[in-house]
Amino acid sequence: MQPLLDVSSLTVKFALRDTALTAVNDVSFTLSKGERLGLVGESGAGKSVTGFSILNLVSKPGFIAGGSVLFEGRDLTRADAETLRDIRGNRISMIFQDPMMTLNPVLTVGTQMIETIRAHKKVTRKEAEAIALDKLRKVYIPSPERRLTQYPHEFSGGMRQRIVIAIALLTSPSLIIADEPTTALDVTIQAEIMDLLLELCQSEDMGLILITHDLGVVSQVTQKIAVMYAMGDTASVVGAPLHPYTRGLLGALPQCADKADCGLETVAAPRARRRLNQIPGSMPSLSDVPRGCPFNNRCELCETVCTTTRPLLEKKSDGRLAACHMVA
Amino acid sequence: MAGLLRRFRQSYFLYSFLRDPVAVTSFALFVILASSALLAPVFAPHNPYDGANIDIMDAETPPLWKDGGNPAFLLGTDNQGRDLFSAILYGMRVSLLIGVGAVAMQACIGIMVGLLSGYGSRRLDNILMRIADVQLSFSSYMVAIFLGAIVQMTFGVGRYEQVAVPFLVLVIGLAEWPQYARTVRASVLAEKKKEYVEAARVIGLKPFRIMWRHILPNTLTPVLVISTVQVANAIMSEAALSFLGLGMPVTKPSLGSLIKSGFQYFFSGSWWITLFPGVVLILLVLSINLLGDWLRDFLNPKLYKD
Amino acid sequence: MFAFIVRRVAQALLVMFIITREMVGVSVSVKEREALREKLGLNDPYLVQWARFTKNALQGDLGTSYFYRKPALDVILSKAPATLELVFVAQCIIVLISVPVGVYSACRPRSVLSRLFMGISIVGVSVPVFLTAIFMIYIFSVHLGWLPSFGRGNPVEIFPGWTSVLTTWSNFKHIILPSIALSSIMLPLFIRLIRAEMKEALETEYVKFARAKGLPEWRVVMVHAFKNTLLPVITVGGVQLGIMIAFTILTETVFQWQGMGFMFVEAVERADTALLVAYLIFVGAIFVAVNTVVDLIYGFVNPMVRIAGRK
Repeated sequence: MQPLLDVSSLTVKFALRDTALTAVNDVSFTLSKGERLGLVGESGAGKSVTGFSILNLVSKPGFIAGGSVLFEGRDLTRADAETLRDIRGNRISMIFQDPMMTLNPVLTVGTQMIETIRAHKKVTRKEAEAIALDKLRKVYIPSPERRLTQYPHEFSGGMRQRIVIAIALLTSPSLIIADEPTTALDVTIQAEIMDLLLELCQSEDMGLILITHDLGVVSQVTQKIAVMYAMGDTASVVGAPLHPYTRGLLGALPQCADKADCGLETVAAPRARRRLNQIPGSMPSLSDVPRGCPFNNRCELCETVCTTTRPLLEKKSDGRLAACHMVA
Repeated sequence: MAGLLRRFRQSYFLYSFLRDPVAVTSFALFVILASSALLAPVFAPHNPYDGANIDIMDAETPPLWKDGGNPAFLLGTDNQGRDLFSAILYGMRVSLLIGVGAVAMQACIGIMVGLLSGYGSRRLDNILMRIADVQLSFSSYMVAIFLGAIVQMTFGVGRYEQVAVPFLVLVIGLAEWPQYARTVRASVLAEKKKEYVEAARVIGLKPFRIMWRHILPNTLTPVLVISTVQVANAIMSEAALSFLGLGMPVTKPSLGSLIKSGFQYFFSGSWWITLFPGVVLILLVLSINLLGDWLRDFLNPKLYKD
Repeated sequence: MFAFIVRRVAQALLVMFIITREMVGVSVSVKEREALREKLGLNDPYLVQWARFTKNALQGDLGTSYFYRKPALDVILSKAPATLELVFVAQCIIVLISVPVGVYSACRPRSVLSRLFMGISIVGVSVPVFLTAIFMIYIFSVHLGWLPSFGRGNPVEIFPGWTSVLTTWSNFKHIILPSIALSSIMLPLFIRLIRAEMKEALETEYVKFARAKGLPEWRVVMVHAFKNTLLPVITVGGVQLGIMIAFTILTETVFQWQGMGFMFVEAVERADTALLVAYLIFVGAIFVAVNTVVDLIYGFVNPMVRIAGRK
């Protein structure tokens, strides 16, 4: 069966004065209908850029330099503006990081919802309003009729993110890309929003790409994980991590160090010592990536081959993908 | 010193300046205009301030290349028989002097008020900004024109001529200081929140020292950027005042008063008296504006908007 | 709103008081001045003078013009329509040109046309109003003979006391050059302001979100970005309108446009102080009115102000 989304060898660059920096290098992953994928990595690993490039919405001076994004069989990196417009907000919706910045401050919530519906469906204002009300109820906004006429600044952060989610639901898309949907919110509200998102994805059978740096969240919400490290080497993790970077990441999680039932089997975390593992050093800057494997200067398993040859993403013994010379 | 020079030569500033042909051209133009203005006594073939030198019989001689041109007067003469080329050089000197002087004054008042307002108490801030608002809401041209009218009436035209330059510096300086005050205040408020100011306070430095040595240097980028535009504006303000007869007198003309003196002859054929000073004024202001534009793009400070 | 109006009027009155005090009786000889001071009560304490002046002003008495031998307010009211009309037409030109040009050059900052617009606008801002006016007269009136070079033609009275040149084409021709000259100094500022604000708005998250929602590009630009651009533009626009009234002095002088600005320059030459004071007060009143209107419009566009007002 054809996957819903097939991203292969996606490369995004940023044009500078005379050079181009590579922000996302050679990223590949697939997603079936109704499947939920977590895209994790350190800050600056290119997670958000990957998310935006799926919708071909990388802002200047960034541009997609290579690879393809097949959505329902169509390559979005080569689609014309009208096709893209038809897919954005209709078949694929996005939820942004900061709900305080996402909604236009001078337009009412109702206007911002109705314009989305009417951009994609031939409906009257009344019908559009009915759809908007229905979705607002789905995200548990109290007295939605009144809320529709209000402006974004009259809502709290959590409420605004609910509205953004409601906007994402308006046209019943088959995929939602959520770019760190909870980072800008209070901790107590984070869980609520995450639960809501999971619930809606399950009930509406929507695919989800959850971009986050929080492995704990990912393990609860998604069925599949892609880990990105500097310039986007990816490794899919469903059970035990293969790539040394992923092992390091998991080892740094307190719940994984303490408990075995966090949904991810721990490998690198020495449970007995009860001390969090730490990946030494920090991610290389985009203009200064080491030769060979980009992780080699921080890797415990590093050997000569890692400093000369860049590892490719390949199927390992148990059928999962990892880009590493050192794991079989 | 040599090290400083080398650092300048290798700097990104110089690099991007040299790569921008508009910036280089306008800088060259400005240097030519400014230096010929400053060295007017050297370059000018006549002294337009010397009444003995001027012969009314020479009045309205057209430029050299026109019929009736006189080799002694390259760009012709004005309605009183003064050599226009010399008058323009001297006039540009006056315009530049007033422009730079007025901006220096604006900057002094504005930076002081801005620092006090941004770093002082809320009450002081409120009072100072209220004054700046009032000053701004009465457009600076209006203030300058009005004060010009009052002073000219008070002193009488004869005595006014002697105080014209300092008066114009004062009036244009007073009219526009809120621009600086608001810019500096905004940067101070932004800087004040930063950790290094907190650190300086923890060390126990005196407020004055924190303000002067720590905050002020960080506000200078926007000040530099608005300064270029302000010089251009001040030169234009002076020209406008002179054009209305409230600025420099015809005996010690600036570019604006030369334009005024030629205006009534413009349509009766003596177009050069207005045209040449006009073109020089435009070139001068344009070169400063272009430089300011480039500087703004290069330094890209967060300017205060309101 | 009410507090705001009171504050504005108080500010204006304060400024006016300072100016009027300095103004009165500066143009006459010492002896005459003494006599005049006594007669006008200028030797009374300032507060008494000010109270008297304010009381008179509130009754519409701003003094009598020496030259016209008429109440100063009457003189000004007879000249005001000409100036306001000029400002109105200039403002229309500014809005009609600066909005499309500013929006276009923000959306396509690297296109040849945008660079051309920016180049023209920086030249435009560097040419003094009176030179623009003189050059335009030379080209369009003297050289080509298309448009009249001075005056207002034969304005038609549309209301009692309000004569207009906007009603017939031959009169309208008179206002074309002056209004273009007057708008020439503000137009570049507005184009640059709209462009800068638009560029900023186009980079915000909500514009990106609007694109991610699949809205048509025109809606993203004109509704999501432009409506947010309006707020700063309205604020600056109000201040600029005040400055434009000052520029009418220059424009009207060159075109001999029989408005308040031309009258002002004549009054300076004739040392007609009562008229000067009345002019300032009248212009101050216009500032206050304009700023209040701008604040109201601002509140209409900005939902946050509206909420603050509702509470």
